[in-house]
Amino acid sequence: MPYTVPILNLLAACLLLISFAMLSRRRTQRLVNLFAWQGAILFLSTCLVAHSSGLHELYYSAALTLLLKVIALPLILHRLINRLGAQWDSETVVNIPLTMLAGLVLVIFAFGLAQPISMMATTITRNMLGIALAVILLSFLMMITRRKAVTQVIGFLAMENGLFFAATSATYGMPMVVELGIALDVLVGVFILGLFFFQIREQFESLDLRNMENLKED
Amino acid sequence: MTLPLIAEHPLRLLLYLITTWLALGLAGLPTPRGGRLVARVLFPLGAMICLAVATIAAIFLLTGHAPQTAILPFGLPDLPFHIRLDALSAFFLLILGLAGAGISIFSAGYFRAGEGTAPGLMGLQYHVFLASMALVLLADDAYLFMVAWETMALSSYFLVTSQHRIPEIRRAGFLYLLMAHVGAICILLSFGVLQGGSWQFTFDAMRHATSTLTPFLATTAFLLALLGFGMKAGLVPLHVWLPEAHPAAPSPVSAMMSGIMLKTAVYGFLRISFDLLHVRFWQWGVLVLAVGLFSAIYGAIFAAVQSDMKRLLAYSSIENIGIIFTGIGLAILFETSNLHLYAALALCAALVHALNHSLFKSLLFLTTGSVLHATGHRNLGKLGGLIRRMPWVATIALVGTLAIAGLPPLNGFVSEWLLLQSFLFTPQIPHAFVNMFVPLGAAVLALTAALAAYVMVKFYGVVFLGQPREASLSEARDPSWLERIGLLWLAIGCIAIGIVPQLAMRPAAGVTGMLLGQTVATSSLWWIAPIAPQQASYSGVILLAGILGTIGITFLLVRLLAHGRLRRVPAWDCGYPHQTARMQDTAEGFGQPIRHMFGAFFRIERDLPTPDDIAPRYRMRLEDRIWRTLYLPIARATQKIADMVSILQSGSLSIYLLCSFLTLIVLLVFVL
Repeated sequence: MPYTVPILNLLAACLLLISFAMLSRRRTQRLVNLFAWQGAILFLSTCLVAHSSGLHELYYSAALTLLLKVIALPLILHRLINRLGAQWDSETVVNIPLTMLAGLVLVIFAFGLAQPISMMATTITRNMLGIALAVILLSFLMMITRRKAVTQVIGFLAMENGLFFAATSATYGMPMVVELGIALDVLVGVFILGLFFFQIREQFESLDLRNMENLKED
Repeated sequence: MTLPLIAEHPLRLLLYLITTWLALGLAGLPTPRGGRLVARVLFPLGAMICLAVATIAAIFLLTGHAPQTAILPFGLPDLPFHIRLDALSAFFLLILGLAGAGISIFSAGYFRAGEGTAPGLMGLQYHVFLASMALVLLADDAYLFMVAWETMALSSYFLVTSQHRIPEIRRAGFLYLLMAHVGAICILLSFGVLQGGSWQFTFDAMRHATSTLTPFLATTAFLLALLGFGMKAGLVPLHVWLPEAHPAAPSPVSAMMSGIMLKTAVYGFLRISFDLLHVRFWQWGVLVLAVGLFSAIYGAIFAAVQSDMKRLLAYSSIENIGIIFTGIGLAILFETSNLHLYAALALCAALVHALNHSLFKSLLFLTTGSVLHATGHRNLGKLGGLIRRMPWVATIALVGTLAIAGLPPLNGFVSEWLLLQSFLFTPQIPHAFVNMFVPLGAAVLALTAALAAYVMVKFYGVVFLGQPREASLSEARDPSWLERIGLLWLAIGCIAIGIVPQLAMRPAAGVTGMLLGQTVATSSLWWIAPIAPQQASYSGVILLAGILGTIGITFLLVRLLAHGRLRRVPAWDCGYPHQTARMQDTAEGFGQPIRHMFGAFFRIERDLPTPDDIAPRYRMRLEDRIWRTLYLPIARATQKIADMVSILQSGSLSIYLLCSFLTLIVLLVFVL
């Protein structure tokens, strides 16, 4: 298919755009929706890679992505947010424009980093490696700048998305066993973190992580 | 099981026995509170296994069997466990078996109700401890050795902290665990040097590799081994955990640790310095000798001023370990001077003393356990007059105290005599100054022996003689028959070796033969003359006969001359009729002269009441100077470094994330 690579490039660009959108959003439910979109794009790109490379295993990964990241996790997160009443994140640590600027620097750094690696890769998707790294770093940045526990978890999940994308683009995905393991980890992780949210709220009567600073020993 | 079968497959049998120990430990676990099963079945069975181990080891030593090796199908891939039974490990297995049998049977009675920890759990820890010590002795590669060594440290840690609800005991346990781990690191590093670039960690490979070691590397390995094993053995100044851990542990555990575990350190030290290392230098001998002598005198002095009976025995252990290392140091010194026969004599003395110490120190620790259970007191100031209430324990403790004081015809005398004999040959060492100074060590040793006797007079006199210092002591009773059997077993061991020293010297001869290629001449069963009969010889039987004869004649004379003139009247009351039991000589009072003479060793804090005090109270605290000068600065430095690191702990999640983020970026830049 002649348009595979351009379409893939387009999808990758969308992924990066969504990452920036996540950095700028303050409403938690929007973040979850963006996360779901990210999953959907990941699903499409994986399907495309599977089709063009003829690796049928990748279809399973794509299906797993669809099931877990587009349907299951956003649903769980929405329900959690509603029950916790955590629709709004409070003020970010650093203001949003400054965060976006930092994000830009990170993207440039990621592209510079990916250049020598993508030279070595033989896949058709190798140019996307820079974007995948940028997604990881941007999600990390989001975790740093947010104060609410729920947003941090979304940042964590977005980071996993970036890792997944990096794996598909550099080596056509990880072995199936590893992928299944990671998927299970993410699911279990979300359940455990969900439990923690309730514990944290019970203890501090808020999900603001600033309260946890009192925990440290003097 | 027939004798040829034991002689044929000693190693396999030992493995079965060790496995049985582990099985016994696990068997008590389903019913941890079921003290009956643990006390009536598991501990006595464990004692039987100890006996079997001792028997196998003895047969192996006496038949002069060649070393046996085997490879176990456990361990990591490509790194299986190697085990080996040779004369050295057999001798220490003999110690383990003989002392372990007595302690196990005693524990059967002692741990009926558990000591803080449930009996079933206690049984598991106890038997894992025994099995790991046996594996330490059998290990033939550094990997299994370290695994067994650490298992031994951990299981004994849990045994020490069985009363973990008491903060002091937790603290003592932590100190012990810390020292054990630091020691283990030293041993590990020593093995790392010993492999000499071959990266083979079987002892067999090390025996080959060490022949190419440079003197510097060999000395490094030796010093690391001395540090690591010295920490476990309790050589001064690495001894600080010993006087804390022993009072904290239940008495049978103290007995096991002092009687057997300290000996595994002696074993490891001998294994590295005599078996694995090919070259030795006479300076090493001087170092070990000096450390050993200092530990001996230091332990004896500190034992003399203690007022807690288990702490007193702990310091006495330091003294005895010092004596053992003195023997080893002398052996190295002689061996490097090509005086092999004298080296064999010194090593033989050290080995026999290791065996003797395991018997009488276990015995004494067990008697303190009986006293503690019967009275609830550990402090010497609250005991007294127990010979009337606990005649059994008192009689057996008397055997133990006489043995540890080094009086003939008991076993303590034999080994100290052998060691003094070997000191007599030190002027023949061909190094100037060394051959002048080392003979002075004999004087230090003699002083130590005298102080040890002083300590034991204090221990026995204050606990068992005189009047009870507390009213509650009148309810003290002798322990149950299981405990009595255990005590009796150890006491018989002390007497037997004292009267027939060959019982210990023949097995030790196997070890000296293996390590030095030389054995001390053993003429007959009843008479020992280590070098030449015209020089010095000793016969326990004749001495015993002499002592018995003197007692008999005295008795008869008194009967004949003083018969019928016996009157029972109150004792002389110094013209002061209102005496109470509290006016007797106390442990503090007894130790006072020593405190004065050796004041430089202690840090003394005293509260003296003022003359017009209505409720006067005298309080005194004795401290080890080494703790303040060596350990506290290390602890403070550690705390300081830890404080510096704790700046990172801001409590804010964003900062933590930022830290990992920056680390990631820096690493990525590094890759770039």
